[in-house]
Amino acid sequence: MKSYFSKLFTGAWSLILGLRVTIKAMFSPIVTVQYPREKLEITPNYRGHIDLVKDAETGTHKCISCGTCQRECPSDCIVVVGEKREGVKGKVLTTFTLDFTKCSLCGACVEACPTKALDYSNDYELAGTARQEFYFNILKRLEERE
Amino acid sequence: METLHSILPELIRIIVCGICGAVIVFGNALVMGYAERKLAGHIMLRPGPMEVGWHGILQLVLDGLKLMGKQLVVPKMADKPLYMFAPLLAFAPVFVPLLLIPFSDKLQGFDLDVGMLVILAFASINVLAILIGGWSSNNKYSLLGAFRSVSQNIAYEIPMLLSLLAVVFMTNTFSLREIAAAQSPVWFVVVQPLAFLIYIVSMIAETNRAPFDLPEAESELTAGFHTEYSGMSFSLFVLGEYANMFIVCSVATVFFLGGSSGIPLPYFEYTGAVWFLLKVYALMFFLVWIRWTYPRTRFDQLMNFCWKYLIPFSLVNLLITVVVVKLI
Amino acid sequence: MNVEALEDDRHHRFVLNMGPQHPSTHGVLRVVLELEGEYAMHLSPVIGYGHRCHEKIAEHKPAKSFMPNTARMDYLGALIYNQGYAQLLEKATGIEVPLRAEYIRVITSELNRIQSHLLWYGAYLLDLGAFTPIMYAFDDREHILDILEDVTGSRLTYCYHRVGGVSKDIDDKFVTRTREFIDRLRSRFPMYEDLVNGNVILQNRLLDVGELTPNICARYGVTGPLLRGTGVAYDIRRSEPYSVYPEFDFEIPTETKGDAMASFLVRFREMEQSLRIIEQALDKLPEGLSMAAKVPKKLKIPAGDYNSSVEAPRGELSYYLVADGSDVPYRLKIRTPSYSNLSTIPETCSGMLLSDVVSAMGSLDLVIPEIDR
Repeated sequence: MKSYFSKLFTGAWSLILGLRVTIKAMFSPIVTVQYPREKLEITPNYRGHIDLVKDAETGTHKCISCGTCQRECPSDCIVVVGEKREGVKGKVLTTFTLDFTKCSLCGACVEACPTKALDYSNDYELAGTARQEFYFNILKRLEERE
Repeated sequence: METLHSILPELIRIIVCGICGAVIVFGNALVMGYAERKLAGHIMLRPGPMEVGWHGILQLVLDGLKLMGKQLVVPKMADKPLYMFAPLLAFAPVFVPLLLIPFSDKLQGFDLDVGMLVILAFASINVLAILIGGWSSNNKYSLLGAFRSVSQNIAYEIPMLLSLLAVVFMTNTFSLREIAAAQSPVWFVVVQPLAFLIYIVSMIAETNRAPFDLPEAESELTAGFHTEYSGMSFSLFVLGEYANMFIVCSVATVFFLGGSSGIPLPYFEYTGAVWFLLKVYALMFFLVWIRWTYPRTRFDQLMNFCWKYLIPFSLVNLLITVVVVKLI
Repeated sequence: MNVEALEDDRHHRFVLNMGPQHPSTHGVLRVVLELEGEYAMHLSPVIGYGHRCHEKIAEHKPAKSFMPNTARMDYLGALIYNQGYAQLLEKATGIEVPLRAEYIRVITSELNRIQSHLLWYGAYLLDLGAFTPIMYAFDDREHILDILEDVTGSRLTYCYHRVGGVSKDIDDKFVTRTREFIDRLRSRFPMYEDLVNGNVILQNRLLDVGELTPNICARYGVTGPLLRGTGVAYDIRRSEPYSVYPEFDFEIPTETKGDAMASFLVRFREMEQSLRIIEQALDKLPEGLSMAAKVPKKLKIPAGDYNSSVEAPRGELSYYLVADGSDVPYRLKIRTPSYSNLSTIPETCSGMLLSDVVSAMGSLDLVIPEIDR
């Protein structure tokens, strides 16, 4: 008999405590951000898809077309093609494409590159309507940024 | 001609009351739908609807338009006449109780001597609508939701009736206007706090709101008895639910919170409705607050709570009331 | 479904499919229920809807490149899966990890554990019908995700640990933010207790639901918070210590009843213990390298069998590697905790109401991709 009433009172009190928490939350400021109209600042360490780094001295990329990133990639997304031109020491990069539909953002390419020519970008608004939009031409993106 | 002349005022009165009833139902759904979503948002530390209109105020209007434009899908092998009939059955019985509620001293559709019994009778038609809707959908989840709601609603009508009876014994009448008028010095919530609490709990269970919302348990049964309904059928269920909430909160206001009594305003026979609506919406705010705070009870615990806690307490309350009234 | 099962006295049961798409099976899991009224008399889980052949992929890739796949198996405990795999390869090849890297691994793994438990907490309460605690839990979780995003670059499927250390060092900003987060979460625990733990409705939903005993756990291989809820204080971080866990002072919370409430409380208290570990690790953080100096580019694994176990948020996670001398493994076997935890439901959940089945499955904390791999 006593437990009947004590259960009733402890139960009712726990319900009131819960109500107190929610009413306090109702009058607290909101913590969400209305996305398209306000955007949050994203940290520069965010791992977006890779991009060629622009070297400050030469004004262009540092890639030597060795193909290490292509070999290290676990998902086979990178295609690097370089050609030998006359009068130029080393290979000249002609094609650098990334198939972002297969990339798992592991970072093996960035860490394997001997000249540190690759780095992550900060692109996170990447919605598209066709698969072809995600076959990035990284060399062209570098040239467009110059 | 004579008979038409004599019944014409009454006829006009009925039509006007019907139109007012419809306005109340749709207006209430607009206001309550918006308030629920905004309050739910702020409890969850987010803003709620913000896109349509200033701070989302036109959201429900556009939701209504969208639902009206959707295709009415009838599942294969569903019982089509019953399937189409169930939402109508959920929506139609809300009009008569709205005519009986005294919004203020002069604003009432009809005043029947047995007003309270009529309102309770119409409120129980909702059970039939849910059962028909769940059964005719040809979906096992809907069926589970439907037969949970039958036992839940039938069980919780008893404490609802018993707690209202305690007030009836004090005022000796079933008529709503007289009960509202009998609370002049002090409201009945002060005299009968236990009956008020029991009524509030059974009110939440009757309208299938959380924490008693097993018939439409969203995470167990993927929307329960109204899983298969889309478009206007679904919105009829929702309108019926919000109108039911309005009716049971108005009954609570009339019986326990003094109806339209409050600080006198000019033309108080008509403007008393302002106090009435304030009280009703305060109770509805409380219902919304409770919905977003508690988890759902399990089905047998819900029934245990009714039979082992609410009914004994309401019977004891009734007994004490009767004894005290007899002695005074 | 075998037809002979549905005969005789079972002919008045009906079969309900808690199908691959259901709001409360966390992922693509199908449970075929035989209901008698509202009581679930017989349950049979059907898995495999998310099978992605991870173990087969491991036989075709160099062992070092398998790291992103480990994160995809349990997306909520990705750093811990990474740690287990990195440990496996370090054991196989004999590479030594600098002390600072071990401390960073422990700090990030414990943050990951807290994040996983917070998400479980919110999602479990959403299954039970409480719509707001998930929002509060996600609010706290966002802070962890921001801290980890700053150092690892990702928010959910991390690929941060490497063979020989971690890929990026932490800085003072990380330390300050983590300390602020620890204070913040500690101050939020009373609010969670008020809103959820003491609530009478929740207690009625969780008590005596899905009772496990040490015997059932031993037969099915259940580990993790479920086993600790039955009273057995078995935690890989204490029983088979790895990394630098022996240097920290933390308790292993246990309960005795073994029902859903017991594992609920165990997980809740584990969050507090993880905060203690992080605090101690931040205090003792040594200087040094964050990655071993000489890690060969082509990691050849000597022939033999290697094994590594870690304590994932859901139980014991083990990797078993059979190598044949090249850099591509011959066979990699991954033992995930949710697979064993799920197999208890035909025994513990038969004869329960449907609401209790939902509650019991939520308390198992299943993540289906790690069952299907």
